[in-house]
Amino acid sequence: MSLDAKSTGLATSVYSPRIGTRQFIGKVWRWIFFGSTALAIVLLGLLLWSIIEPGWSWLSWNLIANPPSRIAEKAGMNPAIWGSLWIVLGSGIGAFVVGLGTAIYLEEYAAKGRFNDFIQTNIANLAGVPSIVYGLLGLLVFVDLLHMGRSLIAGCLTMALLILPVVVISSREAIRAVPSSLREASYGLGATRWQTIWHHVLPAAFPGVLTGIILAMSRAIGETAPLLVVGGASQVLWKPDGLFSTFMVMPLQIYNWTGRPQEEFEHLAAAAIIVLMIILLLMNSVAIGLRQHFSKKARW
Amino acid sequence: MELMNIKLNRRSLAAITAGTVALAPFGRIFAQDENVVTYEAPENVGDLSGSFESDGSSTLGPLTEAAIEEFAAIAPNVRITNGISGTGGGFERFTKGEIAIANASRPIKDSEAEAAAAAGIAWYQFDVAYDGITVVVSAENDFITDLTVEELANIWASDGGVTTWADVRAEWPAENIELYGPGTASGTFDFFNEAILGEREVRTDYTPSEDDNVLVQGVAGSANALGYFGFSYYEENQDILKAVAVDNGAGAVAPSVETISDGTYAPLGRTLFIYVSASELQGRAEVAEFVKFYAATADELAPSVGYISLHADDQQSTWDKVVGAIDGSVAPDSDSFGTPEASPAA
Repeated sequence: MSLDAKSTGLATSVYSPRIGTRQFIGKVWRWIFFGSTALAIVLLGLLLWSIIEPGWSWLSWNLIANPPSRIAEKAGMNPAIWGSLWIVLGSGIGAFVVGLGTAIYLEEYAAKGRFNDFIQTNIANLAGVPSIVYGLLGLLVFVDLLHMGRSLIAGCLTMALLILPVVVISSREAIRAVPSSLREASYGLGATRWQTIWHHVLPAAFPGVLTGIILAMSRAIGETAPLLVVGGASQVLWKPDGLFSTFMVMPLQIYNWTGRPQEEFEHLAAAAIIVLMIILLLMNSVAIGLRQHFSKKARW
Repeated sequence: MELMNIKLNRRSLAAITAGTVALAPFGRIFAQDENVVTYEAPENVGDLSGSFESDGSSTLGPLTEAAIEEFAAIAPNVRITNGISGTGGGFERFTKGEIAIANASRPIKDSEAEAAAAAGIAWYQFDVAYDGITVVVSAENDFITDLTVEELANIWASDGGVTTWADVRAEWPAENIELYGPGTASGTFDFFNEAILGEREVRTDYTPSEDDNVLVQGVAGSANALGYFGFSYYEENQDILKAVAVDNGAGAVAPSVETISDGTYAPLGRTLFIYVSASELQGRAEVAEFVKFYAATADELAPSVGYISLHADDQQSTWDKVVGAIDGSVAPDSDSFGTPEASPAA
């Protein structure tokens, strides 16, 4: 009892409500966090303004429908838009097949252990490798060793490699999020491992896998460095007409225009950036839409 | 189809239609020689097909791209892709046989010619336009108007011992010079070092960029900056930059269309070349036709992308060489490259 009294006494003597001070500190933190949010938004706004202000009046049908030209007024980036779409589609399909396969193996088949951890760590590290390194790899392996030349297929494969780690990681997370009760129920009814994966795990994980793929494709559409090395072109007047044709992508076209001496091309580059951003936003909206659509179908 | 059908922009049109000397819009003065070579497309030009690549100098890139663009209008089935890997990067691909045409802002190096010979590639060199590497300071700089070649060399050499303007000329302020220049892959970098420094080592403590617009912004932003790049980037930014006249021992000469064209802007005036593979030129009708088109129209296209057209006699000799190269009566330049007559007899 004496102990109780002592401890209570101690507590009362130390404890002081300091309501005002504590609430003040709370407010300070609130404003610090608000400040960092505001800073990010203001910077983003400035960035958007610095693109939209010079580029807005240069947005035109020519920009989308015409090939590049030395005369800014009639210059467009039609071949670059087609090239970007081909690259994104090709690399997306490549990364989807290989990436999902890797994720299924690592999550559903491979024994948990050091080897699995080793692979996992490596994939996570690969996601952080600078993109130019993938470009040099693509130049060596696809362009030179496999004699693909500076072609669309070499570009697609290089970009597929670049986005592969991200696809593997997001697919693994999507597969891991599928409740194990679902698998156990399937096994309990006598399904094989493959039947369980095909009929239950994959459909349940699909929205997550798809979102990961589309976000990775959004990254691919904005990448310049690897394609600067693998593609190498600065002017292509035609849209790609086959896997082995030369190609141009939007970020390269923008890079090329910003390097021109004439000021009109800087405005044109800004307008091209607006088009690129619109395409990116569309892709991300599709990703969100698909996720919503497929999530509704989940039945557990 | 006649060349007259080709659309040219206002500037070049003004320069061409006015004939020999034209006062173009935007206060530019173009001293144009008359167009001595007229391109007449053969009747079957629209039937030509095939695809090939050119690559190389980013300086010459816009001119080659302009020629490709106009050629595509008369030969829509010939697909030519241009790259801007830099003069050195272009020669690397050219000497491996990957591309038909290399754009170059300097002559081929011995090592590159050897690589071509080893790969069995014979080549021709054709002059297509002139350019003048322009030494610039900010428009805010009020003390500098000219530099001698030796002063320029001291500024850029690693052993020049120059850190402030006062180290160049005693009466100039003791403010640190901020240097801007192209990166090492650039033909402009090679040409400048050879013309100004000769055997001396270039300093490395300057701000390099492969993007000339970055150099323009860097130099324009500081009264103590100095840089150099192709004439077209100066020409487009005359409001924020000042060109420095260069004194090669015979008085200071400022870069202009006239002084570059007549050769008095020395030693930084230069010729821009295309190198064409002999086997591609003689073996493929679409390559031959494009090179003819390029040689004949370069003088009209050059001003529209900021370069200076060849004189009448150089235009004519480029044209004659192209025609001779195609029918094989002119031997490839690779045959005579590095032969004893080019170097002093031992």
